[in-house]
Amino acid sequence: MSLLIERSGALANLQDMGRVGVRHLGVTQGGGADWIAQNWANWLLGNPLDAAVIEVTLGNLELLAEADTCLALCGADLGAQLDDQAISPGRSFKIRRGQRLRLQTPVAGVRAYIAAPGGFVAPQVLGSCSSVKRDQLGGLHGDGQPLQTNDRLQWRDTSRLPTPRELDPQLLPQRPTKIVLPVVLGAQIADFSGQSLFDAFNSSWKVDQRADRMGIRLLGPTLRCERQQMVSEGVPLGAIQVPSDGQPIVLLNDRQTIGGYPRLGALTPSAVAQLAQCLPGTELQLKPMALEAAQRLHKQLLAQWA
Amino acid sequence: MKLRIEVVAIDSLMLRLFDQIDEDNMPWLLAATERLRETFAGALLELVPSYTTVLLQYDLKQIDDRQARLLIQQALADLQPQASKAGREQQIPVWYQRSVGPELQAIGERTGLGDAGVIKLHSEHTYQVFALGFAPGYAFMGLVDQVLASPRLSTPRQQVPAGSLGIADRQTAIYPLQSPGGWNLIGRSPARLFDRELDGYSLLQPGDRVRFIPIDHAEFIKLGGDDTPFEAKS
Repeated sequence: MSLLIERSGALANLQDMGRVGVRHLGVTQGGGADWIAQNWANWLLGNPLDAAVIEVTLGNLELLAEADTCLALCGADLGAQLDDQAISPGRSFKIRRGQRLRLQTPVAGVRAYIAAPGGFVAPQVLGSCSSVKRDQLGGLHGDGQPLQTNDRLQWRDTSRLPTPRELDPQLLPQRPTKIVLPVVLGAQIADFSGQSLFDAFNSSWKVDQRADRMGIRLLGPTLRCERQQMVSEGVPLGAIQVPSDGQPIVLLNDRQTIGGYPRLGALTPSAVAQLAQCLPGTELQLKPMALEAAQRLHKQLLAQWA
Repeated sequence: MKLRIEVVAIDSLMLRLFDQIDEDNMPWLLAATERLRETFAGALLELVPSYTTVLLQYDLKQIDDRQARLLIQQALADLQPQASKAGREQQIPVWYQRSVGPELQAIGERTGLGDAGVIKLHSEHTYQVFALGFAPGYAFMGLVDQVLASPRLSTPRQQVPAGSLGIADRQTAIYPLQSPGGWNLIGRSPARLFDRELDGYSLLQPGDRVRFIPIDHAEFIKLGGDDTPFEAKS
């Protein structure tokens, strides 16, 4: 009962909700970058939301089913095909022994999530199987390596065959022409010049090529902060840090645990998920959101899976 | 100590306790983290102490910003620095040697202390663990004697072997894993800094007080050290 990885592509990782309660030890958070798509993939199969899924970055992945089962695919449209039949994301589908699932190249978005009944089997390392290569933790063998060609993935609920279904189209990620990412202001924001604050929230930012699971650089007007030297401190998910070149970096799940660059605040978790799906070159805007409103909206979002 | 609380993310508050790096901060930061853990209990997701601050991430499903601030006030009322339980005393064996510490010679020459003088000065001080970060179990310790303070290498190395002991400015640290790094290396420790079989996973924890114990080659090997010279490793 397994899936054989016949081609591992640019980057395919096992991810769950990441490591919690170990950040003070220097251990990276990890976890799926588009956690919303990841939740829907598990939800479609009736899995616990922390079940391990495959996060496929940019495609070029090929899987051979060695048993009949039902998989779910959510997140980016990477031109998925089951043998020669197109599979659009936001659904679960039957796959028979001998069939191949291919994820090709990005049509929309960056990261796709594949779930299997009960979640994929991988060792729990510090409470999670999320693969963080830099930390040498997690993944199929526990050593942080991403999935590789010839790896065999097994899933937990081998006797359960969920019924294929589709997400309500309203729940599929909206891909608006204009992307606006809400930011909870804070941290060192008072140390930025008035002009820089105006520019930060009134300019168009372009997603840079330098984008990975640690962070995504944005290109735009140069932001100036009075404070250059800063004592390193813990950095939260979505933090917008501004190094001395004035071009912000949004920190994602595989960021280091502490950092010494001034920050404007942090994207909301749903904005982090949305940014994680933006290809280099994508234009976006940052928009301040009051903390209370951000917390209310986030709780509404979480209630969908409760 | 005067506490300032700032929002840094939707579910995270920064507790600013001090303005400057100081070895005397750590007993306060440790006392604060212990009280916060008790008070928040299951509503706490992360608590990350670092030099002058504590980053606190709470569980939004259980509490909101207002409740989190109340819990912080409650936890930190009449806070006293922890003297007794404030971190453990740790002794870390180090083989200070040019073959595994390629900057030992240069620091000895620059300071006029020679290898032996550098080793003496580095190993006779008790260091505080200010924070863990960069990698699992990577403990930022200080403060290194001003004389030994050395800026980071202008070009970081692609691979620094696990166990390498380095200096950057007035901080010192051991690389728990093989990783890239730009610190000045002066020796290597056989100690396992991060081990998921280890209770607490990380040998060093924030607030620990650390002495480096110089050992010779035979002892290094006996303790399981890998003496592969630096050139061969890099």
